[in-house]
Amino acid sequence: MSARDEIFANLRRSLGVKGSEAPRRHVVQERLESAPKGLVPQRGQLIGEGLIELFKTQAEAAMASVVEVDGPMAVPEAVAEYLRASNLPARIKMGDDLRLAAMPWGETALEISKGRSDGQDLVAVNHAFAGVAETGTLTMTSGPENPSTLNLLPDYAIVVLSAKDVVGDYETMWARLRDEYGKGQMPRTVNWITGPSRSADIEQTLLLGAHGPRSLHIVLVNG
Amino acid sequence: MTVHVTSPKFKDNAHRALQDEQLQKAMGNVRQGFIDRRAAVAAKLPEFEALRDSARDIKNHTLQHLDLYLEQYERRVTAAGGHVHWARTADEARRAILDICKRVGARTVTKGKSMISEEIGLNAALEAANIRPVETDLGEYIIQLRGEIPSHIIAPAVHLNATQVESDFRRVHTHLDPQRDLSQPVQLLTEARGVLRDRFLAADVGITGANFLIAETGTSVIVTNEGNGDLTQTMPKVHIVIASIEKVVPTLEDVSQILRVLARSATGQEMSVYTTFSTGPRRPEDVDGPEEYHVVILDNGRSSMLGTTFQDMLRCIRCGACMNHCPVYHAVGGHAYGWVYPGPMGAVLSPSLIGVDKAGHLPNASTFCGRCESVCPVRIPLPKLMRHWREREFERHLQPATFRSGLGFWAYFAKRPRLYRLATSVAMRGLAWLGRDKGRFKTLPLAGGWTDFRDFPAPQGATFQDQWKSRRAGGAK
Ligand code: SF4
Repeated sequence: MSARDEIFANLRRSLGVKGSEAPRRHVVQERLESAPKGLVPQRGQLIGEGLIELFKTQAEAAMASVVEVDGPMAVPEAVAEYLRASNLPARIKMGDDLRLAAMPWGETALEISKGRSDGQDLVAVNHAFAGVAETGTLTMTSGPENPSTLNLLPDYAIVVLSAKDVVGDYETMWARLRDEYGKGQMPRTVNWITGPSRSADIEQTLLLGAHGPRSLHIVLVNG
Repeated sequence: MTVHVTSPKFKDNAHRALQDEQLQKAMGNVRQGFIDRRAAVAAKLPEFEALRDSARDIKNHTLQHLDLYLEQYERRVTAAGGHVHWARTADEARRAILDICKRVGARTVTKGKSMISEEIGLNAALEAANIRPVETDLGEYIIQLRGEIPSHIIAPAVHLNATQVESDFRRVHTHLDPQRDLSQPVQLLTEARGVLRDRFLAADVGITGANFLIAETGTSVIVTNEGNGDLTQTMPKVHIVIASIEKVVPTLEDVSQILRVLARSATGQEMSVYTTFSTGPRRPEDVDGPEEYHVVILDNGRSSMLGTTFQDMLRCIRCGACMNHCPVYHAVGGHAYGWVYPGPMGAVLSPSLIGVDKAGHLPNASTFCGRCESVCPVRIPLPKLMRHWREREFERHLQPATFRSGLGFWAYFAKRPRLYRLATSVAMRGLAWLGRDKGRFKTLPLAGGWTDFRDFPAPQGATFQDQWKSRRAGGAK
């Protein structure tokens, strides 16, 4: 008997089932299809300003920094300003995201390179799929638009997030992802990111910048 | 309470742990940090207790239908272009991983923190095949340098102090300036970041565990704060996930319910920094991500736990809260438990996985104070399960006579619930008071019971490989 067959035989013996029982199969099918939400905390059930405020508060509590801008056209200058204020070179890496591409980067002195990170980039800019207010969590989806390596390798991660993509809870975010990718389908990688990288492995002392970015800066785009 | 020490080994180990100033100092960090942070973050979420119920129910539902959810999971992984490998035993899991590594000519393998990897002794197997495993979780990296096993399931190096880490780094990182300043933890972190960054870029294969497998989408999920596991599975050409059968959950919604209690219970964070959902290999248009995606699913005795009292243990999401709140764990640290899973969860799980003859004494490492169950996010009745093991152990007559008298003592209280509650609560206050300003326990009263009658395996007496060999020679599953 193959390892697989024996494991399933063992599971079924222990559970006292054959595996072919229609009611059991129905229960499982039903759950996979309906994907019941379970208990969604009240905390994120806000709209408008309140929702944005909660996202900011939670992201900052997780030690991210957040700046709000009035529209997509203001993003490049906000990024340039952040780099100046942090004494960083005016150099960024980004992917092919169309929303980022439509922004007036040429109006700044930023030097921009494209593609994945090879570990040498100091600063990268990615566009978020969504922001989840209940914990200040960003949802990043992989692809040539926003390469996953740009979330993880640079010392400074800058993430552009549209205010209209801020949702209250994870469940609402998954519903949006399903709308975009199809039920049961996922991009290769979905990264939830809540604040910059950290470790407390040495004497339980919290230190930022373990392997991922030392700093996470969110540019929140209104309008 | 009279002392009837039955095992010279245990006496030595407990004595050593309690007198070990470095260990006691380090364990003080557990007592102070984890408990307060969990309490604070739980208090901030009114639904926290109800979410624990929800997490428990999701796990119970999944376990009741585990065969069907695993089938669905496998279908989805395959549909996404990934490969599933089934392993009955640790040996089969090691072989499946080695086969992949050899096929792609791997020389260096980066690793995210995985307890299953520890369970199957993967690093030793890789080394024996001339493949270099590099642990990338900072704590795991440190204990790999020291040739130790983790002393905590989420904070593997929690038994160490910064000065110990400093001397390990000086010993191993000989390419760096011997005069460099490493007096601050941040300097140690920066050094490890630099050393490991090169490894991430050079690795041929990345091996991670999985906190969850999602049946709906064929996705593996890892949760980290450092970003190490995430880099491990993004950079190399091959990503291998090693996970046990009970890690599967039905849907994205289900995993979200459980994630709401995981980080809060583990580190007292609202959410861990990185939660990464991986589905299959990179897509044709992708510019990064692995070209191959494999999942090795391990049974190793778990399927036999289903349908028994110990099925409850399969709900465990490895948050570590039970050990963070355990006065026995605080007193002796994780290595005293003698195998990869320490604390209350280890005391229940280890006998199931390696045999009651090998680990049947671990369930005695308890004061039955109930704090572990009171914080377990999936409400595993840990004290009850420890009691079950004790009873089985008793029936099997595996314990020396002195232990049986110890159990008799305990049974006297157990049959008198009010007296038992009183005794344990008095004992708990006593423990808290004893530990309060000295920061350590010179003796363990109440179940003086515990220090008096128990037999522990040697924590440092044998290497993990030696233990592994003798365990296999002993015919454990
Ligand atoms: S038994 Fe419960 S508290 Fe302990 S690690 Fe598992 S889930 Fe966490």
